[in-house]
Amino acid sequence: MATTETIIGTLPDERGHFGPYGGVFVPETLMEPLRALRIAYHRFMADEAFLRELDEDLANYVGRPSPIYHAGHWSRRLGGAQIYLKREDLNHTGAHKVNNTVGQALLARHMGKTRIIAETGAGQHGVASATVAARLGLECVVYMGAVDMVRQEANVYRMRLLGAEVRAVESGSKTLKDALNEAMRDWVTNVDNTFYIIGTVAGPHPYPAMVRDFQSVIGREAREQMLRQAGRQPDALVACVGGGSNAIGLFYPYLDDRDVALYGVEAAGNGLDTGQHAAPLCAGRPGVLHGNRTYLMEDKDGQIIETHSISAGLDYPGVGPEHAWLKDSGRANYVAVTDDEALSAFHDLTRIEGIIPALESSHALAYAAKLASTMRSDQILLVNLSGRGDKDMHTVAAREGIRI
Amino acid sequence: MSLIGQRFAQLKAQHKKALIPFITAGDPIPEITVDLMHDLVSAGADIIELGVPFSDPMADGPVIQRASERALEHHVSLRDVLDMVSRFRQLDVETPVVLMGYLNPIEVMDYEPFADQAADAGVNGILVVDVPPEEGGELQQVLHARSIDQIFLLAPTSTKDRIRRICSLAGGFVYYVSVKGVTGAGHLDLQSVDDKLKEIRAETALPVGVGFGIKDAQTAAAVSGMADAVVVGSALVSRVEALADEPEKIGASLRELISSMRHAIDTA
Repeated sequence: MATTETIIGTLPDERGHFGPYGGVFVPETLMEPLRALRIAYHRFMADEAFLRELDEDLANYVGRPSPIYHAGHWSRRLGGAQIYLKREDLNHTGAHKVNNTVGQALLARHMGKTRIIAETGAGQHGVASATVAARLGLECVVYMGAVDMVRQEANVYRMRLLGAEVRAVESGSKTLKDALNEAMRDWVTNVDNTFYIIGTVAGPHPYPAMVRDFQSVIGREAREQMLRQAGRQPDALVACVGGGSNAIGLFYPYLDDRDVALYGVEAAGNGLDTGQHAAPLCAGRPGVLHGNRTYLMEDKDGQIIETHSISAGLDYPGVGPEHAWLKDSGRANYVAVTDDEALSAFHDLTRIEGIIPALESSHALAYAAKLASTMRSDQILLVNLSGRGDKDMHTVAAREGIRI
Repeated sequence: MSLIGQRFAQLKAQHKKALIPFITAGDPIPEITVDLMHDLVSAGADIIELGVPFSDPMADGPVIQRASERALEHHVSLRDVLDMVSRFRQLDVETPVVLMGYLNPIEVMDYEPFADQAADAGVNGILVVDVPPEEGGELQQVLHARSIDQIFLLAPTSTKDRIRRICSLAGGFVYYVSVKGVTGAGHLDLQSVDDKLKEIRAETALPVGVGFGIKDAQTAAAVSGMADAVVVGSALVSRVEALADEPEKIGASLRELISSMRHAIDTA
């Protein structure tokens, strides 16, 4: 157990392993392109000019730093810990996803790639990829499960407005995992001119580390902002976990602060005991999918099973390998909340604080509400409000029998 | 020498090239897979490559993806595939059988029990598409201890260093993926295949098979002029798919394609 030692900067190892998790489980054709990506990534992350350009984009294009807001009204209602919200919903394009796509697209351009591809579930990563592609003049193809395209029609239109080609994926369960398979197949075929922007901290090395590094701006800012606004660091951090990029972005800079508890919240869907959920850390087991070893939702034969969540962004049968390691090492706690609990938190934040959260983020809010009520009023919880709920209007309305 | 090695040695002595057909186990129904394997041998196959169905076959094109989906509708598991090999072995102890698939079903069974049961069933080689040598150490040891060859892929993107390293670990034969792409991909460029095969042969004495994109007898014959083995997958699986509702006709259709390829290769 590594929990008394320094974690930051030590993982993954040079082969991309977080303990037994992570790695590079891909067909031979991709091994050399992944090596080239690792080399380019390390070179540019040590390049002053590259980092300056990235910082300027994050400030002036994305709108960083994102504020931290003390949800005082909601905290008083809950009668426990003070809840603070890291407002990633206020970023350009409405979620944390753009932190990563700005970084990877810049890397793509510096590597001389002319075409980017991405997978998307809820459409937020697809929109964030199409956005940066439009700005940099790169061709962009987004793979999206045919089922998700129906659930997230507005985001499909946004991507097309931005000039991206959205390709419907009709294989398998027609959701995010299949979109990832299809993007991998495209990459194998067009590897010479194409950069694959993976949207979460999964996939083969170096993606889990690279996406984490780009998203860690969330936690780095939060450390400064909490000191300034609350005079100290929070007692606990709470973030939703699908693939886990917003969670790792907040957690990572805090990993060595042992007195800050970490809670990753998975989607329990209709309930963990129903089997209809998307909670591999809470109810899955380790296996290999999409280039890395991690916790998965699978059947007894090792086939990946279909997941269920009201939130398309959490509807994924795997999870980033670093989360798998943080779970086993005990540094982070992983819990799950149901569709109903998430919806209830969605309404509470909307009515009490005037902030409409994404359904993904509503999972973190729901758990934070439970946790806060067990804590003292001088304690602090920081929740990553990873995205805004505009994209979810149809889902929420339909669930409540309203046509809009 | 392994059964695969013996088979290549015999072929070499006869100045012949190996023909390696691929079908997905359990496609379109599990009951006919063993019969199809015998059909392939009777039509001239030297080694059988048997696909293990997986829910997320990221290196496969649409034809073989759909084959996996058809097999999984019948819940064909890795254990079922091993049973099929056992049954095949009741009538044929000479034709080498290579399993081709993805790692997760093997992880779930665990390496040792899998390797034990594979050896018992009469499996001679394993090709795990998503396990490069960097991640394959433990599996390799377990397979090696049971004299099962681990077949590795080489690709157009493989550098000289990688080719050297992979060939030093490989057993049976090495499998050159002739195009950047998924199984069943478009046209292969014979000149670039020939160039890469020369690079590979400079690093290894192992037989070299070529696959991905070999659609007809003519291409098979052309590739057999450069390689030691020709692997044919999607072209066969397309025929399985076309006859999925009339499975009794599949055997004849596969025999016809393999016979024509056999003839083209032997007379090339």
